[in-house]
Amino acid sequence: MSLININGVDFLYENENSDRPALQNINLQIEAGDFAVIIGSNGSGKSTLAKLLNVLLTPTKGEIYIDGLNSSKSENTWKIRQKVGMVFQNPDNQLVASMVEDDVAFGPENLGIPSPEIRKRVDKALEMVGMAGFQKFAPHKLSGGQKQRVAIAGVIAMEPDVIVLDEPTAMLDPQGRKEVMETIEYLNKEKEITIVHITHFMEEAVTADKVIVMNEGNILHKGTPKSIFRLVNKLKEINLDIPVAAEVAEYLRSKNVNIPDILTIDELVNSLC
Amino acid sequence: MLTDITIGQYMARDSIIHALDARIKIIITAILIIALFTIDTFSGFGFFSIFILIVIFLSKISFLKVIKGLKPILFLIILTLFIHIFLTKGGDILWSWRFISIESEGVYTGFFMVSRIFILILFTSLLTLTTSPLQLTDGIEYILTPLKRFGVPASELSMMMTIALRFIPTLLEEAEKIMKAQQARGADFESGNLIQRAKSLVPLLVPLFISAFRRADDLALAMESRCYRGGEGRTRLHELEYRYYDFIALIIVIIMAVTVSFF
Ligand SMILES: Nc1ncnc2c1ncn2[C@@H]1O[C@H](COP(=O)(O)OP(=O)(O)O)[C@@H](O)[C@H]1O
Ligand SMILES: [Mg+2]
Repeated sequence: MSLININGVDFLYENENSDRPALQNINLQIEAGDFAVIIGSNGSGKSTLAKLLNVLLTPTKGEIYIDGLNSSKSENTWKIRQKVGMVFQNPDNQLVASMVEDDVAFGPENLGIPSPEIRKRVDKALEMVGMAGFQKFAPHKLSGGQKQRVAIAGVIAMEPDVIVLDEPTAMLDPQGRKEVMETIEYLNKEKEITIVHITHFMEEAVTADKVIVMNEGNILHKGTPKSIFRLVNKLKEINLDIPVAAEVAEYLRSKNVNIPDILTIDELVNSLC
Repeated sequence: MLTDITIGQYMARDSIIHALDARIKIIITAILIIALFTIDTFSGFGFFSIFILIVIFLSKISFLKVIKGLKPILFLIILTLFIHIFLTKGGDILWSWRFISIESEGVYTGFFMVSRIFILILFTSLLTLTTSPLQLTDGIEYILTPLKRFGVPASELSMMMTIALRFIPTLLEEAEKIMKAQQARGADFESGNLIQRAKSLVPLLVPLFISAFRRADDLALAMESRCYRGGEGRTRLHELEYRYYDFIALIIVIIMAVTVSFF
């Protein structure tokens, strides 16, 4: 059985300003060890899906199983929240404490882990995100990229099976984005933590195992990055920015130039020269 | 810069006073304040003053810095003094002019009250000078823990203080940004009378409040997703631990408080 199993899920916000379901008939499996990227324009339902994975919301219809636990059953809520760590978009609004180490300790403290074990987890988590030595810093003295990495450390310290990141790079400068992307790629490749990365920057999807394209509450496509970037025109239709290299490659193909699937500028250069 | 404001007046030093357990320091301060109110002679105040001087010396904080912290209450002290000198009657008449007179009882009570306020403020500011806000928060939580049985939400109160401490710099930063953005568009926060100035703050406070509510929403979600469910069953990274010198300090203070009540 997959780590994450989403079976025929609908979600409707029960308030006056929701005219259509935020999600419709979502079916999706994510395997342990995957690096899955969910892309989609604003309002396509990405955040709603993320919140469903962490039981901040429960499906209106259908079921979600996390490691075999049904998220609609209330006795599973806290177990699932420990298994699915969430990182949010705004680095300022998810750190709780005025010292880095206290913030990273927040999750384990909630789980009732004994103090010496928390100490170990905090130091290890900070090291894994490249923030060793920042234990005593105040969050407001850190850069955006550093704050997001502290937020990731806070999640790692809970020892989750999967980390869901909801547009963690959206509010960062290019340097911060690079730091965060390198951190989550490292965690996936070296520490074998399953990652669900939500973004609207397409170039962050090129290294994924699996890309899921969402539009208006539906899954439009699932597949490898290469198969997705082949759909240049379709992606443009739903207002996504295609990486330049993929767009150029598709254009050349339409002019009958024989060219393989391209994701990055480097690949494009290599296949042309 | 707004963001340079330090929260509380904590001054980190490597001293015995700083190293004392926050709970003990809070309890000691409470005992001293109670003792202070049992005193009715100046020799008692003298005794306390010597004690305070010793504590300041041990805390390695300069005497001047401690005194500077008293500036905000200077007005209160002077006002108290004047009210007593002119309005409290009794004893010998020292000076009089038409219907105004200064009598010895008034002078005595005035100086007596001022000494009391002065020492009271010194005790509490020594507490906040030598204890970080985080330790204070933890200390208050531990002290309130027995009251949980009567429905006092000790852990939640402490969580609220922790979050407040975390967000004060963030909100100050934001206030500064909004102010600058509005000044760049010609807003004027500095001139005009009091009412005009208060009015000019409205366009600053409205966006600040809206953003604070949005932050609160986000933070609540983030806390829930990290398994926060109130104080029940929570452990702490920094457990407070009593050490032998905490008890020595407590015993010294109790002996002092008892002695001084005989003065
Ligand atoms: N709290 C809410 N109440 C009502 N509708 C909401 C709420 N949050 C999101 N929506 C709606 O659900 C849809 C999906 O939103 P969301 O999941 O936030 O998309 P994304 O993260 O992809 O931008 C949007 O149409 C949005 O307006
Ligand atoms: Mg979103």
